Amino acid sequence: MSAYTNGARIQSHHTVVAIVENKPGVLMRVASLFRRRGFNIESLTVGHSEEEGLSRLTLVVDGESAPVEQVEKQLYKLIDVVKVSDLSHEDMLARELAMIKVRCNNVNRHELLDIANVFRADVVDIATNSVILQVVGDESKIDGLTKMCEPYGIKEIARTGRVAMVRGAKTTTVHEAEPEKIARIHASQGRRVEGALPFSSD
Amino acid sequence: MARMTGAQMTLDSLQREGVDTIFGYPGGVVLPLYDTLPQFPGIRHVLCRHEQGAAHMADGYARASGRMGVCLGTSGPGATNLVTGICTSWMDSTPVFALTGNVARTLLGKDGFQEADITGITQPITKHNYLVMNAREIPLTIREAVHIATTGRPGPVLVDIPKDVFQETDEFDWPEQVRLRGYKPTVEGHAGMIKRAAELIDQAKRPIVIAGHGVIWADAHRELIEFAEKAGVPVITTFLGIGAFPESHPLSYGWLGMHGMYYANMAADGADVVIGIGMRFDDRAMGRFKDFNPTAKIVHIDIDPAEIGKNFPTAVPIVGSAKNVLPKLTEQVKQQPRKEWVRWIDQVREEHPSRDVRESRHMLPQYVMRTLYDETSGDATIVTGVGQHQMWAGQHYFYKRPRQLITSGGLGTMGFELPAAIGAQIAVPGQETWAICGDGSFQMTLQEMAVLVDEQLPIKMAIFNNGYLGMIRQWQQLFYDQNYSSCGISQPDFCKLADAYGIRAIRVETKAEVPLAIREARAHKGPILLDFQIDQEENVWPMVPAGAALSETIEAPEAELAR
Repeated sequence: MSAYTNGARIQSHHTVVAIVENKPGVLMRVASLFRRRGFNIESLTVGHSEEEGLSRLTLVVDGESAPVEQVEKQLYKLIDVVKVSDLSHEDMLARELAMIKVRCNNVNRHELLDIANVFRADVVDIATNSVILQVVGDESKIDGLTKMCEPYGIKEIARTGRVAMVRGAKTTTVHEAEPEKIARIHASQGRRVEGALPFSSD
Repeated sequence: MARMTGAQMTLDSLQREGVDTIFGYPGGVVLPLYDTLPQFPGIRHVLCRHEQGAAHMADGYARASGRMGVCLGTSGPGATNLVTGICTSWMDSTPVFALTGNVARTLLGKDGFQEADITGITQPITKHNYLVMNAREIPLTIREAVHIATTGRPGPVLVDIPKDVFQETDEFDWPEQVRLRGYKPTVEGHAGMIKRAAELIDQAKRPIVIAGHGVIWADAHRELIEFAEKAGVPVITTFLGIGAFPESHPLSYGWLGMHGMYYANMAADGADVVIGIGMRFDDRAMGRFKDFNPTAKIVHIDIDPAEIGKNFPTAVPIVGSAKNVLPKLTEQVKQQPRKEWVRWIDQVREEHPSRDVRESRHMLPQYVMRTLYDETSGDATIVTGVGQHQMWAGQHYFYKRPRQLITSGGLGTMGFELPAAIGAQIAVPGQETWAICGDGSFQMTLQEMAVLVDEQLPIKMAIFNNGYLGMIRQWQQLFYDQNYSSCGISQPDFCKLADAYGIRAIRVETKAEVPLAIREARAHKGPILLDFQIDQEENVWPMVPAGAALSETIEAPEAELAR
C-alpha cells in the first residue's frame, strides 16, 4: 500500500461539524455521548468560531461504528449543541496540521529537506541531530510525509486532527445573537468566579 | 429588582414556576436553603427517609399529575442517592427537577467533605444539568432547567448549587423569556410526511397502532381514540403506554412485549403497517429486532428525532407531538372498518386469552389483582415495583385512563412502588392509590412508610408475598436448570413492621380472605398494608424469552395450569 492510497479508510469516515455553546463541560458532554453510544471518534478539534460565545467542533467519526444520522441526532439532543452539519457529502476542504520531529545528521539532512520540500512542509526548528517539520494538508498528505520520514527515525509527532469547511458561499455557521442580558448570564454560567472568595468549609 | 440571597432566589424561582411540593432531605450544604424554607409557606416540604425515595416521589408526583416533580438532596451522598431515581426518570422520560447543594466554591475540586461531582455523574442521565457559580445566575438557570424538563420529550434536569452561592446576596432578576439556541423541539409534524403516512395507512390491510408513554405525556389520548375509530385501526400499547388508550374500547388489544398479551404480540407481528406513536421500539416490547415482523412498514411518530430510525428502519418518519400530529392524520385518513383484520385478532384473542384468571384453590396473584380490579371498579391508581407483581399488575387490572398505572418500565427500578405512590398521592390527593409491592422490591425502600404516617397519606400497600425474588426464580427455573441461586429472600414480619410505624396491617392467608381484606383496606381512612401470602411458585405468562422474537411468544405450560 502506498502512502497515498488510504482512500478507503478515509471514505468510511464522516466529517461532522458541531457549533456548540462555549460553556464549561460541553466537551465532556460530547465525549461522553460518543463513549455511551459506542461511536468511535477518529479525531476531535475544538476552537473559537466567528460568533462570540460559540465554539466550533470538528469530529471525524468512524462510519462503521456509527450511523452518521444517529450521531447527528444524538448530538442535537445536547442542549449546548446549537447546530450540527455532516460535511461528508459536501464539497469540502479538510485540513490538518502536523509537526514531525525527525532524527537527522549532517550527512542526510539535505536529503530530508528535499523530501520536506516536495510536501511543502516548513522546517520550523533545526538542531544538530533533529529537525521539526511542519506540514499542513489532508490526512493522506501527512501520512505520506510521515512514511517518507520513517527511515530517518521519527522521534515525535503532534497532529491537530481535521478541521473542515465547505467550499463556496455556503456556511455551517449560526447567526442567532442572544439578548444582551441573557448572553451575559450565559457567558458566566458555571464558570469559576474571579477574585478571592471567603473560605467556608462548614 | 429586589436583593435576595441565593437560597431565596432558588425558592422564589421554583415558586414562580408553579412548584408546590419539594421532596427532600437536609444536609450541611443545603442548610441555608432549609433556613429559608419557612419564608415560603406555599412550598410544602416532604421529608423522605432516603434521597432515592425523594427522587421516586418526585417522579410519582410527575407521572400522576403531569406536572414537574422536585426533589432535593445535599452534596455528596445526598446527591448520589438521588442518582437511581434520576435515571428512572431519564429512562421513562418524566419531568423531574433535582436540586442539589454542593460544597462552597472555594472547595470545589478539592475533594472537600461530602463533595461529589454530581453534574459529571448525572451528565448521561439528565436531559441537561447545571452547576451554578453565581447567585445572580439562579433565576435564569432555574427557568431554563424547568423549560428543558417540561417541554419536548420530558426528562430530568439537575441544578447543583454550592453552599456559598445559597448565601450570596445579589439582585433577583427574573427573565421574561427563555432563549436557548440549541433547544427547539419540533412539535408540529411535517405536513408532507403526515400526508404520506395517511396514504400508507389507507392502503394498509392490517395496520396496527402501538401507543406509548409519549401519548400520555402529550395528553393525546382523545386524539388517539378519534384516529383509531376513524381509521379503524386496532390499538395495542407498550407497557408504559398502558392507559394511553382505554382498555374497555372495542379496538383495544392490550399491550405487547416480553409479558404482553399473546394476541397483542401476534397482531404486531402480523401487521402490514405498524404505527408507533410516542414510543421507542424498545427491546422488551419488540423482541429480537431482526425478526420483528420483517415485512411491516413502519410509521413512527415521536417528538424525539433521535428515536426515529434508531432500532428499526422507518418508512414514514414524523417528528412531532402526538397532540399535534394525530388530528392532522385523522383528518386525512379514510374511514375504514377493516372488519377482516379485527376479526383475525379477535379470533387469536379467543384462542389465547392471556388475561384469564384460572380457577385454583391457591391464592393466585392473578386472582388478587383481578379481585382488586373488581372491588375498586377499575378506578384506582396502581403504582408498582419491579418484578413478577409488576407484570401481574399490568395484566390483571384493566386501565381506562392515562396516568392510572405508574411503573418503572425503562430502568426497572425495584423499590419504586412505595415512594412513587407517595408522590402520586400527594399530587392527586383525592385519588385512591394502591402500591402493588413485591416482597423483595418493597424491602428496598420500605423506610418510606414513615412518610405515610408523617403526611397522613391513605395509601394502600398490597404486598405480593411469595418469599422469592419471583422473576429471578422464574428465570432460574426456566433458563438456568432450576438452579435457585440467591432467589429465596427472607423478610421481616411485614405486619409487625407496619405496626411499629403505626400503620394498620392485615395478613391475608387464604383465597377467601382476599376480597374481605381489600374491602377493609378501602374502608380504612389512613394507610394500610395488606400482606398477601400468594402462591409461591406461580410464573408470569405469556413470555417472550430473552432474545426471542415476538412470534415466538410462549404460553403457560399445561402442567402449571393444573395447579
